[in-house]
Amino acid sequence: MSHPVLDPRVAPPFPVAALPVLRNPQLRKNVAHATDVIQAKRARLVAEKADWQALRDSGAAIRDHVLDNLAHYLEQFEERCTAAGGVVHWAGDAAEARTLILNILREERADEVIKIKTMTSAEIQLNPFLGENGIAAHETDLAEIILQLGQDEPSHIVVPALHVNRSQVREIFARTMGLPDLSDDPQALTAAARAYLRKMFLTVPTAISGANFLIAETGSVVVVESEGNGRMCLTLPRTMITLAGIEKVLPRYQDLEVMLQVLARSATGERMNPYTSVWTGVTAGDGPQRFHVVLLDNGRTGILRSRRERQTLRCIRCAACMNACPVYRQTGGHAYGSVYPGPIGAILTPQLMNLEYAQSLPYASSLCGACYEVCPVKINIPEILIDLRAAVTERERAEERRFFDPMYVGLRMANKVFASASRFRAAQRMARLALRPFTGKDGWIRRLPGYASRWTMSRDLRGVPQQTFREWWAERNRKAMR
Amino acid sequence: MRASLFITCYNDTLFPETGQAVVRLLERLGVEVEFRPAQTCCGQMHANTGFRGEAFSLAKQFVRLYADAEAVVIPSSSCVAMVRDQYPHLLAELGTDALRREFETLLPRVHELSEFLVDVLQVEDVGAYFPHRVTYHASCHGLRALELGDRPLRLLNHVRGLELATLENLDRCCGFGGTFSVKNAEVSSAMLSAKLQDVLATRAEFCTALDNSCLIHLGGALHREYAPMRTIHMAEILASTQDAPAEMV
Repeated sequence: MSHPVLDPRVAPPFPVAALPVLRNPQLRKNVAHATDVIQAKRARLVAEKADWQALRDSGAAIRDHVLDNLAHYLEQFEERCTAAGGVVHWAGDAAEARTLILNILREERADEVIKIKTMTSAEIQLNPFLGENGIAAHETDLAEIILQLGQDEPSHIVVPALHVNRSQVREIFARTMGLPDLSDDPQALTAAARAYLRKMFLTVPTAISGANFLIAETGSVVVVESEGNGRMCLTLPRTMITLAGIEKVLPRYQDLEVMLQVLARSATGERMNPYTSVWTGVTAGDGPQRFHVVLLDNGRTGILRSRRERQTLRCIRCAACMNACPVYRQTGGHAYGSVYPGPIGAILTPQLMNLEYAQSLPYASSLCGACYEVCPVKINIPEILIDLRAAVTERERAEERRFFDPMYVGLRMANKVFASASRFRAAQRMARLALRPFTGKDGWIRRLPGYASRWTMSRDLRGVPQQTFREWWAERNRKAMR
Repeated sequence: MRASLFITCYNDTLFPETGQAVVRLLERLGVEVEFRPAQTCCGQMHANTGFRGEAFSLAKQFVRLYADAEAVVIPSSSCVAMVRDQYPHLLAELGTDALRREFETLLPRVHELSEFLVDVLQVEDVGAYFPHRVTYHASCHGLRALELGDRPLRLLNHVRGLELATLENLDRCCGFGGTFSVKNAEVSSAMLSAKLQDVLATRAEFCTALDNSCLIHLGGALHREYAPMRTIHMAEILASTQDAPAEMV
């Protein structure tokens, strides 16, 4: 399989990017199995919370309050984190964030860096940039190791290697770690990963992390994880750089009460995630002695400006939406061409890109609403998808070449037709005539030409019946009059 | 009770038997049915494809047409969801105050068919007879936007002779999604084939739903696969009686 591209600037449009996955039965099976398992666990644990809907309301309210007062809480975070010995940097865009991080690493004279829990670093394409500048970045999350060693890309934001199965992991480890006799027993695989990781934890003095939350009140950073590799990565190095989107801030430490409950249940179907690391600045003799936080905008304030689309930034990256999504279930994450896949990716990525790229993503949904139903902070994803479609359409309609696009021609015509009942009646008659040559003796259509062949590729179409409903109604009234 | 039938554009054109069944059913239950021939489309296709201005013009047409209706009954859950969930945004953005007020007074009188039967007429046993094994597909809009809950099943459970076969993964989309089915045809087809496996596993003779848009998708696939199962709108099952059984098209 070709190497997946998770950069919206160069990724192919969704329908094209989905094709290699649709032709890969093993990958589809892995994705469907994994999402089914997580979904079932989540459903069980959500069902045991009698106040789940109230928790969702609280989650949404906390996040909305933050977004409505973001500048205030970010400044508070900066002040408290600085007072505790951290250094806070502000990055307007990806390039600025990359340069900031590179400069810190150069100051540290680092030629290697270990990384944990940072999707945001993938958003800014950090690893290739560091590589070009002579710094090797080593992932330390188990799934991220599998992907890095296998030269693959994450396909999910909580379970990044969800599309890879156990025997594939064995193959990757055996090949890259020089362990030809490795078995695919989970314990053996974990032991191999542990040996590989311990060396890094004990020798690489510089680390980069992401953040699940920033706490304004205390200036703390919070990372939640399942493996303990994060804890190693956050405590052993001398220098720690945390890269976080500006929307990650929470007002109070106490807000974790709601957020950790909804996050663990939604993300992994657990009551509590195994490791929750909270650290505040620098503590003498304990943990990293130099600590930097890079606060990244990279399109977020643009999203904040729109009242309706602002809710996108409530997201706490639990991935419940992708686990529930019937589209994601078929395609996995790579088709979305972004580190943020699934329904949340379909609304977040195009907005982060200011709709310059990823315009196909708002259409990568049947609008079934499963994502909204499970979202722990109640992001109305279908509503935003429709808004973004309107924004994309508005742009595209201004382009001359789109004038003859079959979808645009069809929808323009349809609107003229629907504007008047007499035109609609005429169109019904025309459709009946036009489709007659394609309609079989049994009244069904098996093949249609041109754009319509995209329907008949997998389904027949019932031909237009001899009488429309309105013709039947008119005839019935005429008969009743007699 | 006088109900105005909004048949929807594709039912009018492709599924006249659904509209006929609604008329038969409601008249049997003592409802006076009217059909306003000026109606065309609710604008869902335009709205969901991003043609907001066009969708608004159709929303306006709908609101004006039914301003004085006692009740509007729509045998399509996605079109009801369009009116309920998307009209408010469209009117807020593009409409006048007068139009918004007109819409607000109209909205409580717009009903999806099973809502109209169970909530307004307060009837679950509509006196239907349909001696077949049937499975019910809960369309996404009916399930999540309208929250129809068990109304459809309560109606089906009272149909004499009907044997209800449970559909696994009831809450999973069939992959239609309007223009999604052609814009993302390959993904849509993959979703359809997953849904078809569950549908066929029921070994039912009929797959029913309250929305012909899912059924045109499922029915098209069943026909392509020569499957021994057909789709039928629930209105046709509920209209069917021993004396006047459903006509099989």
